[in-house]
Amino acid sequence: MGQTKLEMKNISIEFPGVKALDNVDFVTETGTTHALIGANGAGKSTLMKVLSGAYDHYTGEIYFNGEKVEIRNPKDAQEHGIQIVYQEVDTALIPYLSVGENILLNKTVNDMGKKQVVNWKEIHNEATEILKSMNLDISSKKLVSELTLAEKQMVLIARSISKKCKFLILDEPTAPLSNSETEELFRIVEDLKKKGVGIIFISHRMPELFRICDDITVMRNGKFIIKEKIKNITQNEVVEHMLGRKLDNQFPKVQVDIGEKLFEVKDLRDDDKLNGINIEVREGEIVGVAGLVGAGKTEITKAIFGAEPITSGKIFLRGKEIKLKSPYDAVKQGIALVPEERRKEGILVLESVARNLTAANLGNFTRKGSFLNFKKEKKAAREMIDRLGIKTPSEETLVQNLSGGNQQKVAIGKWLLSHSDVFIFDEPTKGVDVGAKKDIYELISNLAKNKKGILYLTSELPEILGITDRVYVVYDGKVVKELETEKTTEQELLFYSTGGKADD
Amino acid sequence: MTENSSPAQKKTFSFFDFLYKYGTLLTIALLIIIFTALNPAFLDTSNIINILRSISIVTIIAIGITISLSVDGLDLSVGSTASLANVIVISMFVWYGQNTFVALVAALAASLIVGLFNSFMIVKVKIPDMILTLATMFIVQGVALTYSKGATVSQNMVMPDGSYATGQISELFSKIGQVPWIIIIMLVIVVIVHLFLNYTKHGRYMYVIGGNEEAARLSGIPVNKYKVLAYLLSAFFAAIGGIVLASRVMTAEVNAGGPYLMDAVAAAFIGLSVLGSGKPNAFGTFIGAVLIGILSNGLVMLSVPYYSMDIVKGAVLALALALTYYKRKS
Repeated sequence: MGQTKLEMKNISIEFPGVKALDNVDFVTETGTTHALIGANGAGKSTLMKVLSGAYDHYTGEIYFNGEKVEIRNPKDAQEHGIQIVYQEVDTALIPYLSVGENILLNKTVNDMGKKQVVNWKEIHNEATEILKSMNLDISSKKLVSELTLAEKQMVLIARSISKKCKFLILDEPTAPLSNSETEELFRIVEDLKKKGVGIIFISHRMPELFRICDDITVMRNGKFIIKEKIKNITQNEVVEHMLGRKLDNQFPKVQVDIGEKLFEVKDLRDDDKLNGINIEVREGEIVGVAGLVGAGKTEITKAIFGAEPITSGKIFLRGKEIKLKSPYDAVKQGIALVPEERRKEGILVLESVARNLTAANLGNFTRKGSFLNFKKEKKAAREMIDRLGIKTPSEETLVQNLSGGNQQKVAIGKWLLSHSDVFIFDEPTKGVDVGAKKDIYELISNLAKNKKGILYLTSELPEILGITDRVYVVYDGKVVKELETEKTTEQELLFYSTGGKADD
Repeated sequence: MTENSSPAQKKTFSFFDFLYKYGTLLTIALLIIIFTALNPAFLDTSNIINILRSISIVTIIAIGITISLSVDGLDLSVGSTASLANVIVISMFVWYGQNTFVALVAALAASLIVGLFNSFMIVKVKIPDMILTLATMFIVQGVALTYSKGATVSQNMVMPDGSYATGQISELFSKIGQVPWIIIIMLVIVVIVHLFLNYTKHGRYMYVIGGNEEAARLSGIPVNKYKVLAYLLSAFFAAIGGIVLASRVMTAEVNAGGPYLMDAVAAAFIGLSVLGSGKPNAFGTFIGAVLIGILSNGLVMLSVPYYSMDIVKGAVLALALALTYYKRKS
C-alpha cells in the first residue's frame, strides 16, 4: 500500500441560518498523524463529518492522490477507507454483545451475503487477531458492557481497522481518558501510523497534539486558517490562530479577602468509592480538588450534593450540621452543583435558555398559587444572558443549538439566579473552547469576590494552579494532601494525584 | 421561536414546517368540509353537541395520560382504572344504597390506590412505566371483574341470592353524564390541566423532568414527588372518566373502560403534533380527541361500518406521530 494523499478542496456547507464551513481546504497523507484544532464551533467536527459521509449537501471536492472521489454517505467513505471514531463511544457500541461481535459488526451486517448462520469461532478468532495486532489484552468474548470507557474506545478503533482503513479520524478521543489510558491510546496511534494509516486527531488538549502529531491544521469560524508542520509552530502561536487574537493572561485571578468558614465536609464515606473526604471552604475562597480521572471527584460532588447515598460523614454549613438526603435539600440550603456531564445532567437540551436558567429557582418566578410570571422570567433570563455573555439569538432559543461553552454558561447561570452560597464545579471547562474557558474562569472569580465559597474539581492541573487559593488532592477516593496553591507546582500535584506519598 | 428562515431553505422544507404546525388543525378543517359536503346535517348544532358529548370521556381519560406523558411516563392502566371507578360508583348506589357523595369518594379513593401502586412501583422499585402500568392494567381489570363477580351491575339487578338489588342511582348523579354537564366537565378539566401544565411552577417542573430527569434532579427538583403526583393525577382523571361513563350509561358493564384506552392514547399522542408543540399538552389532547370524534361521527354518518373504524383511527394516529417524530429527527 503506497502513500495516499487526501485533499479536500473548497468544502462549504450550510445549515439553516449558519454557514458551518466556508471554502475549507484540508490536506493530509497516510502514515502521518494530523492534528485538527479550533475553538468550539470552528467547524472541525463538521469537516470530519463531511469526510466520513455524514452529510450529502456540501459543496467542494475530495481527491485521493489527485483523483476526484464522491463521498456522500457513510458507505462511500468506508469504501474509500475512511473510518471515524466519534467521541460518544457508547452510541456506536452494542453493550450486551461481546467484544468480538462489536468489532466485526460491520462485517456481520454487510458481508454475510447469502450465509445465514453466524460462525462464532471465526468471529472470535478474527477479533482476537485484530486485538492482538493492537497489542490489546481484552478478551473477545467479554461483553462490551463490562468494559471501561477506554477499552470501549479501543474496541471502536479495532472495529475501524477490521476493515479497509486508510484514514482514521479520532474525534476528541482523550477527553474522557485517564493519563495511563491516554498513553495506551497514543501507543496504538503510533502503531497504526507505522502501519501506514493516516490519523486525523481532533483535540482541545494542546500538549497531546504536540506530542503525537506531525502536522496541524487550525480552523476558526468555519474557515481554514493555517496548516503547518508541528515542529515549526509553538503552542502559543496555535492558540493565537485559534482565537484570531493574542491570548492574554488566561487566568484572571483576583485577590479576594477570604472570610469565615462557610462549608465543611468531615470524613465523608460511601459504600463504594469514597473513603474519607475532608474538605473545608471559606467565604470568597476558591478551593481546588485535584485528582486524576477515576480518583472519585465526581463521586465527591454527588455525595456532597445529596445525589448519591453516603454511609458516614458530616456536612456543615456556617457551622451548623445539615442533612442532605437529596439534591432538593442541597439546593434549599444554598448549594449549587455544575455537573461534569453537562448534556446529561446539567442542562435541558430541548428547553429554551430562559427555561433552563430558571429551572433551579422557579419559585422565585411565580405569582400567587404557583402561577408562573413569564415577564419576570424573561427579564431575568435576558439579564443573565447579558451578564454572562451567553451567545444566543434570544432567550427563547433551545439550548441544544448553543455551543458547548455557552451551554456551560447556561448551566452556571441557572445557579446564579438561585442565589446559592456554595458552588461546586465538576470539570467545568471540559469540551469548552479557549475563549469561553476564560469567561468561565472570570465568572468563578467574580463569585469568589461576592463572598461565595467555591469548590473546583478538575483533572486539569494548570487550572488548579491558575485559579484556586487552596487545593486538596484526591487519590483513590481519599483526600491525601492539602496544599497552598501559591506554594505548590504541577509536579507536586501530579505526584500526590498518582498516589505518591510524602516522606514524613 | 424566532423565525430564522434563510433563503437557502428549500420550499419543501418550509411546507413541511407548516404541515407540522397546522397539520392536525388542517385535517380537522378538511374533515369538516368533506363531511358537510357529503351530508349537510353534519354541522347541525345537535350533531356538534353529539360529537362533543361522544369525545368527553375519551378526552378526560386522555388528559390523565397527557399528565403521565409530561414526566416522560405513559400510564396504560387508565382504561382499567376507569372500569374500576365505573363499577364501584354504580355498585355503591345499587348494592349498598349509598348517597352520591359516598359513591364518588369511594370511586376516586380506589383510583388513587391504583395511582399510588403505580407510582410506588415506578419510582421506588424502578420498573419501566409502560411495562408496569401494563401489569397494573391486568390487575385492576381483574379486581374490577372480581368485585362485580363478572356481571353487569345495574339497577334492579338480580343478586346472587336470588333477590333484587334495591338501591337506586341518585338523580344528581345521572345529571353528570347528560348534556350540557358532561361537556362542561370535560372543558373545565381541559382548561384547568392546561393552565396547570403550562402556567404553574408544578407543570413546568413536570416538563423539566420529562425532558431530562437527571438534570431535573440535580437542579434540586423533587423528581420523585412529581412523578408520584403525575401518576396519581392520571389515575384520578381516569376515575373521573369512569364516573362520567357510569352516569352516562347508568350501568357498569364488564370492562367498560377498557376500550377507551386506545382512543385516549391516540388523542394524547395526536396532541403532541398540535401547533407543533412536540410536547404532551392538554389543549392538544383535546384537539386530538376532537379529531377522532369528528372522524368517527362523520364515518358513521357515511354508513361506514363501526368495526372498520379502528383502521381509520389507527392510521390517523400513525400520521400524527409521523409528523411529530419526523420533525424531531431532522
